Amino acid sequence: MSNYSIQSQNLSKLFGRRLIFRDINFSWAEKGIFGISGPNGSGKSTLVKIVAGLIAPSSGKIIHKNSGGEIIPEKLHNHIGFVSPYLVLYEEFSAWENLKIFAKIRGVEFNSEKVTFYLTQFLLENRKNDLVKTYSSGMKQRLKFIFALMHSPEVLIFDEPTSNLDEEGKKVVYKIVNEEGKQRIIIIASNEVKDLELCSEVLLLEKFK
Amino acid sequence: MIAESYALFKKDFHSELRTRYAINSLAMFIIVAISVILFSIGNETINESLTAGLFWVVIFFTAMSGLARAFVSEEERGTTLTLQLIASPTTVFSGKLIFNLILVFCMNLVIALLYSALFEKFVVQNFALFILTFFLGNIGLAVASTIIAAIIAKAGAKGTLYPVLSFPILLPLILTCVQLTLFSFDGTSFEEAQFELAIVVGYDVIMITASYMLFDFIWKD
Repeated sequence: MSNYSIQSQNLSKLFGRRLIFRDINFSWAEKGIFGISGPNGSGKSTLVKIVAGLIAPSSGKIIHKNSGGEIIPEKLHNHIGFVSPYLVLYEEFSAWENLKIFAKIRGVEFNSEKVTFYLTQFLLENRKNDLVKTYSSGMKQRLKFIFALMHSPEVLIFDEPTSNLDEEGKKVVYKIVNEEGKQRIIIIASNEVKDLELCSEVLLLEKFK
Repeated sequence: MIAESYALFKKDFHSELRTRYAINSLAMFIIVAISVILFSIGNETINESLTAGLFWVVIFFTAMSGLARAFVSEEERGTTLTLQLIASPTTVFSGKLIFNLILVFCMNLVIALLYSALFEKFVVQNFALFILTFFLGNIGLAVASTIIAAIIAKAGAKGTLYPVLSFPILLPLILTCVQLTLFSFDGTSFEEAQFELAIVVGYDVIMITASYMLFDFIWKD
């Protein structure tokens, strides 16, 4: 079990003069599945990007702590696993090459057994040597889950996790979310009722306007 | 950090071999630019000063046509976010810089070889000075081009913005390198070229320091 925690302090975001959300406060620790919901344009993706350290908030602070110590932004990427429809993997490489490259750039060991396990779970094992550009959108989405899980991060952020997935793909995702949620923090940003049913706590962004 | 940066460079290198994003445009530009110069001078013999100037003009415009690819290709393919999720800003900049450094050295080596074969007055008297100028000039060019590429990658009119932004930043480097190349043609000693060499070394140090300090702000929205 991890000693990881994410704390948000009066988080606000504006794009130009347009307020996306303001004064969001939450504290998520150790493990669990947490949801973020709200209508289109309410800032779900913006909030998860802020939590992942990809964009800066206009005001407020997001603090990631591991075993009590604050994680510096330079090192944050290795503690985060991220899945979203707007994430793009390298299409000129195969799935296997992509995952190997990611491990090397992250500076973590490429665990081929673990990757093979996930490839089997996500039904991509027999296509692992095909170029990603030959994949369907659903297969690409499944590969993104392996990309997020392969380095065993303490936080998994899933922005619209089931988009482009068929029923079989959704079942695998829900199974993984339930299993991983017992060991780490999972954040799901979605409007899908089934996705949010997995969450123990849901942040409704329309309340923060 | 070095191993991660090298892994990123290798990714870019293999990606380049498969997509030919930069190599083709660079090769075509070198051939076209040198051909145009040769056709325009015809049977005339151009002096050392003009040869040195035209040598760096070709280098500058070739760099403009290919070096922006380091970041622009990531932005165009939508993989910038992926890169942000797997590497720290320092790793990303270092990896891209290694790729551009190797590209610049290879590209400029080809240009230098073509010039020495095709231009009568491209005769180097002080070879050590020429090599040092070539080495320092390429480092400055690669660092400046990489950070400018990172700045313009998110902009709309990348093609126009890149040379426009690069021109004032690279002008002191290009002018000094032209002078140093001319010195190497004349056989000027290192002592006499000390001032120009100090300018290029200073330029490189400032660009490397400023780039690493700025990149974090450029890389994240």
